[in-house]
Amino acid sequence: MRITEQQPGVNKRFIDPASVSKRMDGRKITNSVFKTLFFMATLVALLVLGILFYRILSQGIGFLSADFFQNFASRFPEKAGIKAALVGSLWLMAVVAPVSMFHGIGTAIYLEEYAKKNRVNDFIRMNISNLAGVPSVVFGLLGLTIFVRALALGNSILAAGFTMSLLILPVIIVAAQEAIRAVPQHVREASYGMGATKWQTIVRVVLPSAIPGILTGSILALSRAVGETAPLIVIGVPVIIQFLPSGVMDTFTALPMQIYDWAKRPQADFQKVASAGIIVLMAFLLLMNSIAVLIRNKFQKRY
Amino acid sequence: MVNPTTRERASVQELIAKAGNNKRKKIIEKIIPVILFLIAGVSVLTTVGIVATLIFETVTFFRQVPILSFIFGTEWLPFSNKEPKFGILPLIVGTLKITLIAVVVAVPIGLAAAIYLSEYATDNARRIIKPVLEVLAGVPTIVYGFFALTFVTPVLQTIIPDLKIFNALSPGIVVGFMIIPMIASLSEDAMSAVPNAMREGALAMGATKFEVAMKVVLPAALSGILASVVLATSRAIGETMIVSLAGGSTPRFDADFTGSIQTMTAYIVQVSTGDAGYGTPIYYSIYAVGFTLFLFTLLMNFLASRITKRFREAY
Repeated sequence: MRITEQQPGVNKRFIDPASVSKRMDGRKITNSVFKTLFFMATLVALLVLGILFYRILSQGIGFLSADFFQNFASRFPEKAGIKAALVGSLWLMAVVAPVSMFHGIGTAIYLEEYAKKNRVNDFIRMNISNLAGVPSVVFGLLGLTIFVRALALGNSILAAGFTMSLLILPVIIVAAQEAIRAVPQHVREASYGMGATKWQTIVRVVLPSAIPGILTGSILALSRAVGETAPLIVIGVPVIIQFLPSGVMDTFTALPMQIYDWAKRPQADFQKVASAGIIVLMAFLLLMNSIAVLIRNKFQKRY
Repeated sequence: MVNPTTRERASVQELIAKAGNNKRKKIIEKIIPVILFLIAGVSVLTTVGIVATLIFETVTFFRQVPILSFIFGTEWLPFSNKEPKFGILPLIVGTLKITLIAVVVAVPIGLAAAIYLSEYATDNARRIIKPVLEVLAGVPTIVYGFFALTFVTPVLQTIIPDLKIFNALSPGIVVGFMIIPMIASLSEDAMSAVPNAMREGALAMGATKFEVAMKVVLPAALSGILASVVLATSRAIGETMIVSLAGGSTPRFDADFTGSIQTMTAYIVQVSTGDAGYGTPIYYSIYAVGFTLFLFTLLMNFLASRITKRFREAY
């Protein structure tokens, strides 16, 4: 009513365009200022990644030669090579992949297909999500006590492989659970309708269509195991190894251990050797990730 | 008058009955769930193993070092020949320094990135930025550590001349960048889960996108955002390689960020790379430190799950 009193005669305007547009301009400016700020913040994160890659490539590319792949560790930077570490990481994979996938997929099948809603299964679920938050160095302490000492495996590939398997187990379980959950219920029911038993349905219907998702998640988890350093240090994996392992009970060294050793050395040239090692490690991870993405894009069914 | 269809039906029934009577199949159906349950038990055994190991060896440590001097001691001198001292506080302070810097770096940048991705970015921008953030999350920590030591520290030294080669600032910042993808992607998930109707309601009332983000989306997604920050903090506390490479190995009970420090994780690495004899107090001390670290991260993870349960707004 006050407005009509102030502006008698004019058709009743309850909103004053002038004052609204004045405030609107300010609000619009705030909006675009913050939009730019948010975008810049995102760019900063991406920029750091760019600098990191550029630095490591420009430092290490000079040391990346055929010799680098054929030489063992050395006190002299120009003779240092990554052969033992690369082969050691492959051996580690050979243990971690089957062990962690067997347990991870088994647990996921149990939780998704068999587990009823009760306290025991709730406890298992809660336990898995808590396990995912335990620092990797603590898994190292577990490996040192149980595998290295109690089971007397020493600092062998097997001890390190078991430790790493437990470390990535929660990640694989969650990935496999999601893949199994993505298989629609009616597919299972169709299988039951044909007279198949539960286990037949799981093995011949659910798993085949969930396997691309499971593989993708597992490979991503394995790539975490390849890059992980702390548990290996705690287990006591050595760095200067002049031979290749011939079995899972041999001592070994791995890519991140070797890089850690080089990075700690004071000589400037070893920094470049470390960069070269990082390039090899990152290439290894990139390869694994590409395979994972490839599997996802090529084989994943959509219902 | 035998109807052929009834006969067929009967034979199918017989087949099913036969299949049902197959003993081997029945046994398999009974055994498989048990086997799978045992496999699922491995993850529980792992937790039991971790807790038992830590408690058992920590108790042994407390037989050699009084528990009160461990919890309240402000000096950590395990390698001293005359009188070794095991007061955990300097290591906790070192860990908190790194965590503080990391959170100060990561929360604003991570949240800004999350708001940008969920509220402003076009589908194309999102399709490019999200995988790059995933790459950032997939870089091994040893690489970040090397980056902190050989790049971030020298750059910071040109700005702060007093900065030592080993300091809290450089690894703290790099740990911050390491946890940015975690905060960004978890917070973005929480914001994307806010229904569009709420955004559209606010927009229809004349709110700008910024106002929608701040006054509608952020409050609605608060529990998810808080949980992401707590989880990221837990990651920062447990981070090992960055602080071992760039943080140094000087446990100190002070508030200095420019000098060498030592975190709980870095101490465990330092002892593991050296040759502490089995059975010495130094050997058992890594379990006591590991147990403290475990309690810290467990507390944070518990807090995160409480936040999501308690403050979740369901739509």
